[in-house]
Amino acid sequence: MDFVQTITLSALCSHLLVGLSRAMILFVVTSGMSFVLGVLRVPNVAHGSLYMIGAFAAFSISNLFGGGSTGFWLALILSPFVVALVSLIAERSLFCHLYEREHLMLLLFTFALMLILGDLVKMVWGADYRSIMAPEYFRGSVTLFDAPFPRYNLFLLVMGPLVAVGLWLFSNKTKIGKIARAAAVDREMVGAIGINVSWVFAFAFVLGCFLAGLGGALVAPTVSITIGMDHDIIIEAFLIVTIGGLGNMWGAMVGSLIFGITQSFGILFLPQFAIVFPYLAVVIILIWRPTGILKSVW
Amino acid sequence: MLEVEGIHTYYGLSHILFGVSLNVPKGKIVCLLGRNGAAKSTPMRSIMGLPPPKQGTIRFKGKTIKGKKPYQLARQGMGYVPDNRRVFADLTVGDNLEISERKVGAAQTWTKESVYDFFPALGHIDSRKAGFLSGGEQQMLTIARALMTNPEFLLLDEPTEGLAPLIVEVLEKQISKFRDKGLTVLLAEQNQKVALGLSDEGYVIDNGVIRYHGTIEDLRENEEVRKKYLLV
Repeated sequence: MDFVQTITLSALCSHLLVGLSRAMILFVVTSGMSFVLGVLRVPNVAHGSLYMIGAFAAFSISNLFGGGSTGFWLALILSPFVVALVSLIAERSLFCHLYEREHLMLLLFTFALMLILGDLVKMVWGADYRSIMAPEYFRGSVTLFDAPFPRYNLFLLVMGPLVAVGLWLFSNKTKIGKIARAAAVDREMVGAIGINVSWVFAFAFVLGCFLAGLGGALVAPTVSITIGMDHDIIIEAFLIVTIGGLGNMWGAMVGSLIFGITQSFGILFLPQFAIVFPYLAVVIILIWRPTGILKSVW
Repeated sequence: MLEVEGIHTYYGLSHILFGVSLNVPKGKIVCLLGRNGAAKSTPMRSIMGLPPPKQGTIRFKGKTIKGKKPYQLARQGMGYVPDNRRVFADLTVGDNLEISERKVGAAQTWTKESVYDFFPALGHIDSRKAGFLSGGEQQMLTIARALMTNPEFLLLDEPTEGLAPLIVEVLEKQISKFRDKGLTVLLAEQNQKVALGLSDEGYVIDNGVIRYHGTIEDLRENEEVRKKYLLV
């Protein structure tokens, strides 16, 4: 019972905040994956590789501009565009010919693409560990609930909801967003009203991958940037979009929160089994609601 | 306006249309009559390229359109109203119309406002999700959505199917106005009363083969054809 006695309200709140900030990174990445799943019906296993490219691109751009505040902000802004460019090339040359294929084929194809992108990253950036520094004002910690909390995580707590609101506004208030939602339901009829569905899909795919790149750039100052970070995120991302409801953006948010918070509380309650908690939550949710918590568009 | 010559269409390995030929003159309403399952919808879908025919030719405004994608045909002035409505259920009525809008310069005929004037019932439910509409409202929306693409030629696939007689009457009245607005229409119908009342010419299809073609007056008087192919 010793460990229970050491859990104070302050520790609970602190771990909640850490879990929330981890959830925000997961949300940025999975919202992109969910968008691609919803509109294009493509289970993109290479999404994690694009997240990794986003992190490596952030490293290169930050170094190019001499690090510091300028390097950080330019890396955060430009690396998602680097990933968007890579994804546009992949979409126009490969994906656009394969949308009508069955999901198993798409899974195998994107798995192959993940391996290829992983090797390309190794060729361009090497296998060494890389890191970038957050700007001075994001370093260190502030005291919240009598516990230190990293300043950069506060920034992440702001970025997650900003991305959510931006994505919601895009989907509901812009014409291209509405077309993407219509194409998710009936791509044939979207074509019949004079819209070139192929470019709608290209746009949706690039937007989804842009978010993967943004996730990679956001996470870069908090982790070691290395080969293999794509594998770590992709399993979590697939579980999150599955428990949230395939293709549902708010589902990605709910799934990310569950994943992030259970992971964080796992570390607090039973550190030696911390990794099990989020997966246990996934099992319970899928038994309770096999198609996810919120409405799946599949 | 539209000339279809000897088209053969397949769904996978199933051969559905056998050398179907149709001619729809500019400014006319031509109907395609047939029993349930006679393959009325397939010529409509095939003209729109959903799926395209494997054999035969289709000319629209004098140019062959075989192999063109549906969005290219819509941009050339072909509107399509499917038989099962297929509204974008997750979008509002207004959004359904907004995303369909195709501007054709100063001569633009149909705008959201003019569509709401044409179907006043839709104007009152602008912000309602299309998935929550009644069958009649959904049908109006499907036609309105096609009109927003500013077509010169409209493929209307069973617009009155499954609707209450009162709604059928409203739709019939509105469709008859298309001729005055310069629209050419190919209307696939099972409801003879509606089709014979609206059209200038008629085709009868059965088992994927055109069995009869003539003016509406001839078709009205030809009881033998109507008995044999339309179960009268």
